[in-house]
Amino acid sequence: MILALLIIPALAGLLAFGLPTPKARRALLLITAAIHAGLTLACWRIAPQPILRGWLALDEAGLWFLSITSLLFLAVAVYAAGYLASESNPRSTDLEEGFLFDNVPAAVFVGCLLLFLTAMTLVTVSQHFGLQWVAIEATTLASAPLVYFHRHPRSLEATWKYLLICSVGLALALLANFFLAMAAAGNGPNSHSLMLSELVARAGELQPAWLRAAFILFLVGYGTKMGLAPLHTWLPDAHSEAPSMVSALLSGALLNCAFLGIVRAQQICVAAGCDAFAGDLLVALGLLSLGVATIFIVGQADYKRMLAYSSVEHMGLLALGTGLGGIGVLGAMLHAANHSLTKGLLFLTAGNILTRFKTKSAAHVSGLRQVAPVTGVLWLTGFLAITGLPPFGIFLSKLTILRAMFNGGHWWIATGTLLCLTLIFVGMARVVLNMTLGEPPPTTASSSPPEQPWEIGPPLVLAVIVLLLGLAIPGPLNTLLTQMTTTLGGGR
Amino acid sequence: MGWIEFILVLVVLTNLKLLASSRLGASIRVVARQGLILGALPLLAHQDALSLQHVALAAGSGVIKGGVFPWLLFRAVREAELTREVEPYVGYLTSLLAGVGALGAAFWMGTRLPVPVEVVSRWLVPVAMFSILSGLFLIISRKRALNQVLGFLVLENGVFTFGAGVLVETPQLVEVGVLLDVFVGVFVMGIIIFHINREFDHIDTDQLSALKD
Repeated sequence: MILALLIIPALAGLLAFGLPTPKARRALLLITAAIHAGLTLACWRIAPQPILRGWLALDEAGLWFLSITSLLFLAVAVYAAGYLASESNPRSTDLEEGFLFDNVPAAVFVGCLLLFLTAMTLVTVSQHFGLQWVAIEATTLASAPLVYFHRHPRSLEATWKYLLICSVGLALALLANFFLAMAAAGNGPNSHSLMLSELVARAGELQPAWLRAAFILFLVGYGTKMGLAPLHTWLPDAHSEAPSMVSALLSGALLNCAFLGIVRAQQICVAAGCDAFAGDLLVALGLLSLGVATIFIVGQADYKRMLAYSSVEHMGLLALGTGLGGIGVLGAMLHAANHSLTKGLLFLTAGNILTRFKTKSAAHVSGLRQVAPVTGVLWLTGFLAITGLPPFGIFLSKLTILRAMFNGGHWWIATGTLLCLTLIFVGMARVVLNMTLGEPPPTTASSSPPEQPWEIGPPLVLAVIVLLLGLAIPGPLNTLLTQMTTTLGGGR
Repeated sequence: MGWIEFILVLVVLTNLKLLASSRLGASIRVVARQGLILGALPLLAHQDALSLQHVALAAGSGVIKGGVFPWLLFRAVREAELTREVEPYVGYLTSLLAGVGALGAAFWMGTRLPVPVEVVSRWLVPVAMFSILSGLFLIISRKRALNQVLGFLVLENGVFTFGAGVLVETPQLVEVGVLLDVFVGVFVMGIIIFHINREFDHIDTDQLSALKD
C-alpha cells in the first residue's frame, strides 16, 4: 500500500514529461490524484504494513498529514486541469506590467506537480530521519519549477530566493540529523540508527548537549521551510508569484511537511525529557511569527501576499500549540488540517479574482460580488474561516490552542496571541470587504468571463469540509487525533 | 599528523583562499578541488572496513563535486559572459578577517560539544564547523548568484565533512539520497541562473529586489 502511494504518482510524473497531448496529461493528473486520494482513504480502514525494515511506515501523524496533502492535491488537480485547458495560448500577457511572457511547458508543470506529490507522500511515510530529510529536500526541488511557472522576472526572483534560502536551511537540517546521530552514538551497536521508533525508545540514553544542538538546527532548518519568522523571507515572494493553485499546495501541504519534520524532532525531545527546552524555543518562534505576520498583514496592499503572511501567522500558531504541549498538540494538529484546507480555498479563490481583475493589488479590486458572485461568496467565506470565526473549523482549533495557554497559566502568551489575532482580523476584514463590496471597475464588469465549474467546484468543496470540521469532528478523526496527541507526548 | 589531518588542513586553506579570492574562475576551481579532496575522507575514515559501496560513494561524490559541478558552473560563466570579478558586498580583507574569526569560533564550538565516540581526528568537528560558517558568510557577502551557489557548496561540504568523518555508520540509501539531492539542487540552481541572466542580462542578486514589503 505504501509502495503504491509512492510509486503511482512517481511513475505518472515521469510519464507526464513524455506525454504528447495536453488532454492525456490532464487526464493523467486527475486520475493519479484520484487514485492517491483513494489509497489514502483505504489507509484509514486498513493500516498499511511497514516496509523496508520499518523505514517506511504510516503512523498516526503520518496518516494525518498524508490525508491533508492528498485531499488538497485532489482539489488542486481539478483546478489545475481546468486552468491548463483554458490557458491554451502559450504566450500570456503579464497581468500587472503588461509584457508578454512564456509559461513553463505544461508537460513539465504536470510532471513536477506529480513528483511534488510523491516527495510530500515520502515525507509523511518516512520513519527514518535521514530519509525524511531527503524527501523534504526533494519537495523543494520539485516545487521550484512550479513557482517559476510564469516565466517573468518577478517569479524568477521569487524562485531564486525560495531555492537558495530553503537549500541553506535544509543543509542545516542535514547537520541536525548528524548531530542527532551523534547524540545517539556510544550506546552500543547500531546506535547510529536514525529510526524514529528506536530513538524514542532509547531517548533516555541520548547525549543532552548534542540533542539540544540538534533540535536548534532542526528548528532553524525546517523552520525556514515552514515559514517561521524570522526565517520566512522567501515565503511571501514565492506564494505571491507562483500560480494560485501552486500557492495553495505550497501553503497547505508543503509547509505541513516541514512542520512534520519539527514535530518528529520534538517527539524525541519529549521522550528524552528536554521538552521544556524545545517547547520554549517553539513558543518563542511561534510568537515572533504571529507578531511579524500581524505587522505585514495590517496595511498589506497585495491580497496574495496578505494570504502568504496569513500562512506565517498560522505556522506560528502551530509552533505555539506544539511548544505548549498537552492539549496544545491536539489543537495544533487539528489546526494544521483546518489551515491547509482553508488556505487552499482562499488561494484558489484568489486565482479566480486574479484572472478577472488582472491585478494583485487589493485597492484595484472592488465589486467582486457582482463580477463573480460565487467567487465573491467563497472569498468572504474563506476570510471568515481563516480568521477563526465560528462555526468554521479554525475557530475550534484556535480555541483549543488558546485553552492550552490558559491551562498552563501562560497569561502573557495568551494576551499577545489574542491581540495579534484581533489585529489580523481587522486588517484582513478591511481588505476583503473592500474587494467584495462596492461597484466593480467598468472595464472589468463588461469583459469578465463567466465562472467555470472547475474554478468554483474545488474551493466550494474545501469550504464545505472546513465548515463541517467546525460543526463536528467525525469519530475516526477524533480517535486518530487523541492517539496522535498521546504519541507526540502531549503530557506537559 | 596523518592523512586525515592533511586533508582537513587543505579544507581550511581552501576556505580561506575562497574568502580572499577576487576571481570567479579561481573560486570555482578552488571549490572543485575542495570537493575532490573531501571525496577521499570517507575512504580514510573507513580504512579498517572498506567496502565496495564506500569506494563507489567516494568516487561518485568526487566526480560530481570535482567534475560535474565545475563544468556546470563554468558553462554558466561562459553563457552569461560574466566578468571575472567576484563583486563582494564585503571587501576581501574583511572577508579574510571574518574567516579567521570564524575559525576561532569553530574551534571554540568544538570544545563545547565533545564527541562521545572515537573519531578519526579531533579536528573534524571544528573544521566542519568552519566550512559551514564560511559557506554561510560567502552566501551573505557575495552579490552574484553564482558565488552564492559556491557558498552553498562550501556549506554542504562542511556538513559532508561532519557526516563522512564522524559517523562511521550512515546508511548507504541516505548517503546516495543526499548526494542526489545536492546534485539536482545545483543543477536546478544552474538552470535558474541561466534564466536570471537571460532576463536581466546579469546575475547580480542585488538587482533582484522587485519583491518586498
